[in-house]
Amino acid sequence: MAATIHDKYEIESEGPNICLWLKGNWRFSDGIPPATSLTEQLAKHPHCQHLKFHSEQLDQWDSGLMTFLVRLIEHCRQQQIAVDQSGLPQGVQKLLKLAAAVPERKGARRKVLGQPILARVGNVTIELHRNWEDLLDFVGEIMLALVNMLRGKARFRTSDLLYQIEGAGPSALAIVTLISVLVGMILAFVGAVQLRLFGAQIYIANLVGLGMAREMGAMMTAIIMAGRTGAAFAAQLGTMQVNEEIDALKTMGISPIEFLVLPRLLALFFTMPLLCIYADFMGILGGAIVSATMLDISFFQYFQQVQEAVALKHFIIGIVKAGIFGVLVATAGCFRGIQCGRSASAVGYAATSAVVTSIVLIVVADAAVTIICQVMGL
Amino acid sequence: MKNRPHLEISNLTMAYGDIVIQEKLNFTVARGEIFIIMGGSGCGKSTLLRHLIALMQPAKGEILVNGTNLWQVSQEERNQMIRHFGVLYQGGALWSSMTLEENLAIPLTEYTDLTPLQIREVISYKLSLVGLSGFEDYYPSEISGGMQKRAGLARAMALDPEILFFDEPSAGLDPISARLLDDLIVELRDSLGATIVIVSHELASIFAVGDNSVFLDTDSKTIIAGGAPRELLKTSTDPRVRKFLTRAA
Repeated sequence: MAATIHDKYEIESEGPNICLWLKGNWRFSDGIPPATSLTEQLAKHPHCQHLKFHSEQLDQWDSGLMTFLVRLIEHCRQQQIAVDQSGLPQGVQKLLKLAAAVPERKGARRKVLGQPILARVGNVTIELHRNWEDLLDFVGEIMLALVNMLRGKARFRTSDLLYQIEGAGPSALAIVTLISVLVGMILAFVGAVQLRLFGAQIYIANLVGLGMAREMGAMMTAIIMAGRTGAAFAAQLGTMQVNEEIDALKTMGISPIEFLVLPRLLALFFTMPLLCIYADFMGILGGAIVSATMLDISFFQYFQQVQEAVALKHFIIGIVKAGIFGVLVATAGCFRGIQCGRSASAVGYAATSAVVTSIVLIVVADAAVTIICQVMGL
Repeated sequence: MKNRPHLEISNLTMAYGDIVIQEKLNFTVARGEIFIIMGGSGCGKSTLLRHLIALMQPAKGEILVNGTNLWQVSQEERNQMIRHFGVLYQGGALWSSMTLEENLAIPLTEYTDLTPLQIREVISYKLSLVGLSGFEDYYPSEISGGMQKRAGLARAMALDPEILFFDEPSAGLDPISARLLDDLIVELRDSLGATIVIVSHELASIFAVGDNSVFLDTDSKTIIAGGAPRELLKTSTDPRVRKFLTRAA
């Protein structure tokens, strides 16, 4: 008969039988000995076949004792030591039974969490390809919905369209004003420093006027809309996807593309050119402020120069771009929303990727339009 | 202290702004009992639960936990008290961007000094209690609704709470899963000795697990009956209670 003493437990061995006396408090707050300290001692009794518990001296216990026992019993199972649980408190016995009631499902545990880099590149590529196909699908469905609308058969509510127009247009005026005026001022400021070198200050009006009308007006509005409205579209539709609202529309035979996407698309298509015109003038105004204060060019001189330098076609090019950007932002936002997964983080991801997709599409489209204009001599 | 009821609710009035939901609520929950809050839809059961777990402040009246008023202590002390609560929300309310293991690890890393190895052991033990051994690396979206509920229960039990609150535990579960969850609740009460408060309108589980109960009524805005649900079914003469308990049309 041999005994090993620890402040939480005592081991007593007699031939093949081992008795484990649990003592004192076994709560996490009191400190729990690691199960390995005991299993190491059990290993010193190679002939042990039977483990019995005594808990008369056991006081308070919580999950600390339980995790210890679970480990210990698992160890005994591996070493083929029979465990007699009858000496444990009732509650502990019940919990152990409960914990063992459903065996670990085979294969449930994930084998590999990390992937080799090549597999990851492959997966991303496949994903990109699928994304692209989905986007084409989506654009096709929008086309069909548009055709339906022109035939007067599309199902959406006019009030929805007006609501979306209000959200995308008038509500965005303040931010568009701020950004456009500042962009106009920045353009004028950058130009002023250079033009002053050879006394050509008055051409600041050409620079700002052309820059805003052809490029920056449409571009800045589009980027604001991507961040403001595109992300909102993705989050709204994404949340509807999570709540199965989109499924509910489908089962009623209402196309979510017609009902949800069309009003948003049209709203941006109508408001973007208007916002763009507004942004153009605000930008030109910003340029005027810098010219008047830094370059001593009067408002009258400045606006006359703008009138001479910027033909109507430049404005029209900008406005056409704005319309295109509007469609792109709405498409990207709605596409990411409809494509959204079914969890909270998926909605966040949808909103982020809507903005990224919009901005990429805007810049690519801008480049394309610029090249086309170049070729056509506009 | 041991003989004092675990929860004492006295003269509680619950309101959203000026709209009173329930008033003059008085009841106590004894240590180690399974207490049911029942009533029809919209009677304020879930609101009462939100009051009990200190998510909402009473408009009037007191909520005593172990004899201490929840709302007469500092925010810090209140947090300390809430730490002994475990709550299973209706949909499980698992954090969707985290695996089950991470979901359970949050309370353990925040509130205990356990080593990472110990935390892993506790998580694996708690998951085994609810029959989810080996599902540590799964995201909530990858497991079924019943499993999400059980995982939510494992998270609620992570800190060995003294009181477990359940909001509609069987909602959205098939009869068999609901029955298993009921059994599990009783098992846990018997082995852990925890007090359990359940908000429910599922008659089957009310009769199966309830030791004591209160019945909230929408129209009179207060408790119209209380006691063991099986007794209530036999003895209650109030037509509203009878209608509810016998599913009379």
